[in-house]
Amino acid sequence: MKLVLNEELQFLKDTASNFAKDKAPVSHLRKLRDEDHPNSWDEGLWNEMVELGWTSILIPEKYGGSEFGLAGISVVLQELGKTLVPSPLFATGVLGVTLINQMGSEPQKERLLGKILEGKLTTALAIDEGSHHEPANTELTAKKNNDGWVLNGEKVFVIDGSSADLLIVIARTSGNKGDTQGLSAFIVDPSSKGINRRKVPTADSRNYANISFEDVTISAEEILGEVDGASDQIQKVLDFGRIAMSAEMLGNTEEAFAITLNYLKERKQFGVLIGSFQALQHRAAKMFCEIELTKSAVIAAMHAADENSNELERLSSLAKFQAGTTLHTVSNESIQMHGGIGVTDEYDIGFYLKRARVAEQIFGSSTYHKARYADISGY
Amino acid sequence: MSNLENFRAEVSDWLEENCPPSMRTPMVEDEVVWGGRNAVYKNPESKIWLDKMGEKGWTAPALPKEYGGGGLNSDEIKILNSELFKIGARPALNSFGIWMLAPVIIEYGNEVQKMEHIPKILKGEIRWCQGYSEPGSGSDLASLSTKAEDMGDHYLVNGQKVWTSYADQADWIFALVRTGPKEPKHSGISFLLIDMANPGVSTKPITLISGKSPFCETFFDNVKVPKENLIGEENQGWTIAKKLLQHERNFISNFGLAAGGGDGSKTKGVVGLAKTYLGEENGKIADLDFRSRVTEHKMKEHSFGLTLQRAGDEGGKASAASSIFKYYGTEHNKNRYELMIEAMGNKGFIWDGDEAESKEKAITRAWLRTKANSIEGGTSEVQLNVIAKRVLDLPA
Repeated sequence: MKLVLNEELQFLKDTASNFAKDKAPVSHLRKLRDEDHPNSWDEGLWNEMVELGWTSILIPEKYGGSEFGLAGISVVLQELGKTLVPSPLFATGVLGVTLINQMGSEPQKERLLGKILEGKLTTALAIDEGSHHEPANTELTAKKNNDGWVLNGEKVFVIDGSSADLLIVIARTSGNKGDTQGLSAFIVDPSSKGINRRKVPTADSRNYANISFEDVTISAEEILGEVDGASDQIQKVLDFGRIAMSAEMLGNTEEAFAITLNYLKERKQFGVLIGSFQALQHRAAKMFCEIELTKSAVIAAMHAADENSNELERLSSLAKFQAGTTLHTVSNESIQMHGGIGVTDEYDIGFYLKRARVAEQIFGSSTYHKARYADISGY
Repeated sequence: MSNLENFRAEVSDWLEENCPPSMRTPMVEDEVVWGGRNAVYKNPESKIWLDKMGEKGWTAPALPKEYGGGGLNSDEIKILNSELFKIGARPALNSFGIWMLAPVIIEYGNEVQKMEHIPKILKGEIRWCQGYSEPGSGSDLASLSTKAEDMGDHYLVNGQKVWTSYADQADWIFALVRTGPKEPKHSGISFLLIDMANPGVSTKPITLISGKSPFCETFFDNVKVPKENLIGEENQGWTIAKKLLQHERNFISNFGLAAGGGDGSKTKGVVGLAKTYLGEENGKIADLDFRSRVTEHKMKEHSFGLTLQRAGDEGGKASAASSIFKYYGTEHNKNRYELMIEAMGNKGFIWDGDEAESKEKAITRAWLRTKANSIEGGTSEVQLNVIAKRVLDLPA
């Protein structure tokens, strides 16, 4: 496994970089926020992403996809992360596609993957229930009845949960809260009777929903995979999500750092550029080292996913931890090094901080992944 | 089979035939091989192993064959290293000559110098030391004042070097000397090779906080050095000096990676020590705060290792990359030893005597030795300056 990007990946990355700069600078996110956009993402921009083929990256050729792999979609998200572009690409293009492709039946794949590819279907994964990510704590139940299944429970912090055309819900089909086993995945139409979706305004101005399920009935064929089958399979899907999110966070980090470096090179105090102060130089140099380490962890993890490596879990946790801790530091230092202007809404750097804390929590915080890495490694 | 698979098979067969049994056991401190005229081989198989590897050119697998190197490409080197790792082979030769000097002689030396010096380095016949720092020139290395006067057919060298590693056991020294006293400080320095058997060269060991003396003071008192020992042009030595420092930083930064993977379960890395001294619960380090800190340390090490690998995969190493690795690797290594002695509790500071095992006492001494890692070869602060200025382009 070589820790570099091949030509195809570099081309995808360059395309995404130009797209983010030209079509969706931070002002795009600011505008959606200011007009309190109902979806928190722009349909026209999303259609352009679909045109560029980004929804097809993780879809197998058999279903019309391009099979550029997790590395492909990760480098795109890394570039979109640089200008904090909101879009359904993560929830649909990474999570939705991976869930359906890895767990779904042939008819489900036939029915859904093509629609996602064409941009006609967006999805959301409803998994978390508490204040912290922990799939074993799933309490939402799916009980068998004559016609199929009945869902009861609560999901929170569902990414794109208020805009998605389709929900994929992780439910408990056996065992109790705390058991890693006993989980199943269901495909659920969000307009079904008994579903109450509430959009949650968050610091990062993106789309999240808390969703209640009260006696929601779904037909038998809408289970994704085997009964109790999600317990093990969901981890691989989550690992794909964690790695792609780490790539996006790396993009956030790189750009927040670049903006801050520029500021150090133009802001004058005491008659000199503040970037000449050693106190700031050494902090910047240390951040640079951490960013280099993060790049390596993210590249190794995304290649591991595409090569079916048995190191996937460990590298996924390494990438999410490394991306999380680095972004945490860089987002804080970026504000501090900007001084007063850094805490104004008018200036863009605050958007990076607000996105950072949310992204850090997605599918496990740095603390969660440190513990997971320790368990996997036998420490 | 592909060419590389063939190569792997050849390497494996050759090692099977030529690596003596005791050279496949963990290294013992007093059997480490540095070569040189005065080398004593306590274990005779060390010498056999050195000679075999030297003949093959595998003490420096990347260097060209014509100078006694292995002439291997990076994929082949990875294979060689993994085969050596597989049988637990000891390093055949530790050598400042290989790590630092040979690459700059290849880049800046003339053909006669290459043929004269490099093969002897790679075979471990001549042991080298590094004459850089002086009592008044530490971080500000370019202010050095050891002078070399032009006497027509030779230089006359006078002055003092300090922190010369193992000068008391070395045969030759590569030294920075001032040949242009009137030039600006960076423009009056030359890179000179000096045979320490010459009259006027003397050394005196310095005892460190670890109780050991890996460093010396080295004195030059009217030492005559032939002019053919000048590498590159007169007064152009600073460029060579900086290049050599990059090689030095690259090898020091490898300290950041725990020997033998250090995964804890099999080797006594920091995880193994923690389980031994702090206890285990259900196979986990029992002290959860310590476990968390160790995990963070190991994760940083993992990312750092991947970064070294990525730098290799990307090919052209940026000159500033060596500063990143030197800074991070040495700080990480210091942290590792802090964790190790903390794990050992009151066994972590026993200095001498029979109340602790020798490997425990060795960790105590090694912990103190690591404190110099972030000072030698340019301090951490100097590395951060280099990163800030050369990589991040921050203003002076």
